Amino acid sequence: MSRITGCFEKLQGEGRKALIPYLTAGDPNTGTTLELMHALVANGADIIELGFPFTDPTSDGPVIQRAVERALANNTSLRDTLDVVSRFRETNADTPIVLMGYLNPVECMGYQAFADAAINSGVDGVLIVDMPPEESHDFLEILKKTELDTIFLVAPTTSSDRARRICEQSSGYVYYVSLKGVTGAGNLDVASVKENLDRLRTCTELPLGVGFGIKDATTAKQIGDIADAVVVGSALINRIAELDPVREYSVSELESHIGLIGEMREAMDA
Amino acid sequence: MGKTRIIAETGAGQHGVASATVAARLGLECHVYMGTEDIRRQAANVYRMKMLGANVVGVDSGSCTLKDAMNEALRDWATNVDNTYYIIGTVAGPHPYPMLVRDFQSVIGREAREQCLEMTGRLPDTLVACVGGGSNAIGLFYPFIPDESVAMVGVEAGGYGLSTGQHAAPLCTGQPGVLHGNRTYLMNDENGQILDTHSISAGLDYPGVGPEHSWLKDIHRATYTAVTDEETLDAFKFLTRMEGIIPALESSHAIAWVMKEAPKLPRDHILLINLSGRGDKDMHTVAEIEGIVV
Repeated sequence: MSRITGCFEKLQGEGRKALIPYLTAGDPNTGTTLELMHALVANGADIIELGFPFTDPTSDGPVIQRAVERALANNTSLRDTLDVVSRFRETNADTPIVLMGYLNPVECMGYQAFADAAINSGVDGVLIVDMPPEESHDFLEILKKTELDTIFLVAPTTSSDRARRICEQSSGYVYYVSLKGVTGAGNLDVASVKENLDRLRTCTELPLGVGFGIKDATTAKQIGDIADAVVVGSALINRIAELDPVREYSVSELESHIGLIGEMREAMDA
Repeated sequence: MGKTRIIAETGAGQHGVASATVAARLGLECHVYMGTEDIRRQAANVYRMKMLGANVVGVDSGSCTLKDAMNEALRDWATNVDNTYYIIGTVAGPHPYPMLVRDFQSVIGREAREQCLEMTGRLPDTLVACVGGGSNAIGLFYPFIPDESVAMVGVEAGGYGLSTGQHAAPLCTGQPGVLHGNRTYLMNDENGQILDTHSISAGLDYPGVGPEHSWLKDIHRATYTAVTDEETLDAFKFLTRMEGIIPALESSHAIAWVMKEAPKLPRDHILLINLSGRGDKDMHTVAEIEGIVV
């Protein structure tokens, strides 16, 4: 059983929902990313989505765009990101890690090399934003054989037929994009998310995670009530943007920057 | 489709002006995304777009040129898809754009083929066009693809020279990858990060290329090469004096290749060059390079 599946089953047993923060690896540097990951787990994160930077993140709004620029300023690569996961695994064998990003860096590494490096580093699932299932036959085969979970996006504009096909190729969980837009957008409409999730549940038994535009404890709770997982990226990264790229931070020093996660955890568990 | 809002990206500004023109005529809202570097070097076209009522949005991320404008347009489209249609200005992007743009641009090749047969009694021997995203080139090439006797040459932007890395020639120097929703030849580093490009001409300054050109290269139906900024500038001046036609700096790349290769070809070899644009928009760029204040 994958770490991701195990995690959702355990949470379901406890009547709790998964909190999934997103970080861009290398923002402001890989050392701090590692400590942030530990701090997030200590403050209520169940799964971590770790993004590897790419120069042209077309699904990302300005907050994550700037995070990526900070990460690229010190040349953080896909390889560096996998290295962060390896180091994380030295002291944490439980928290599932989803590697998130755009296809081109994976193309450059090569699909098999990527899958091997990912599983060996301790990655549990892969979410490639600009790789639709229709185009990814070879890649999916490799990922599935390597026993990495394949996480795909479903959007408010996805037709029911396509949503069904996407869910059939997914494992771990399905990521429902809450709004028409890019990450960090402000137009979250919880009622419409609920409607779409109800429809999506007729296509799949997999847990449904919701992300884009979730920015505080209130929205986390509202989404947590209707979904199986709450993904938070830009709201968290806004706090991380203040960190000094040349400093090292300890986990306890970082806790004040990631207070949002603790707040969301509390609201979701209430 | 019931869409009332148009968005577009533009490099040289020609596509931006065209989009603003049709929006004005049809009473549609129009937003054109343009890299701040391109805004600077194509000021005349920026003014034209604004005069036509379009909102020109400067994009100052990345290299501040065409690829970054396209990123921002794609973000806008994902956000506003309900009321917005994205008119992509080249033969790249997610399907069906490469196909759509090719089909519309093929009027060039269809008419050229007809006229060449009428005027000369035969097909051209070689087609030549500049290649940035590749729309004017694919428009010329596409109808001739079944004509095996017709060779095709695409000329990319060699910038300061291919060996300097400061150019915009993915077909000449790149490898297959994925950007803007298509798989095509790209200029990227060993980590898959897209490289900054340089060309004297804004319209060719793109690190990717339409996927159909990538295919034509792989099946050896077309060959792709590059010329430098310097060669391009010479060609710009040459055609102006020789024919009284001021070519766009983009099209001057095709002219530059012809200047090099035509002397090696037999006198009766028919070279069909796509003069894809006028150089009026480039006068202040050229003046700046020459150190002249206009």
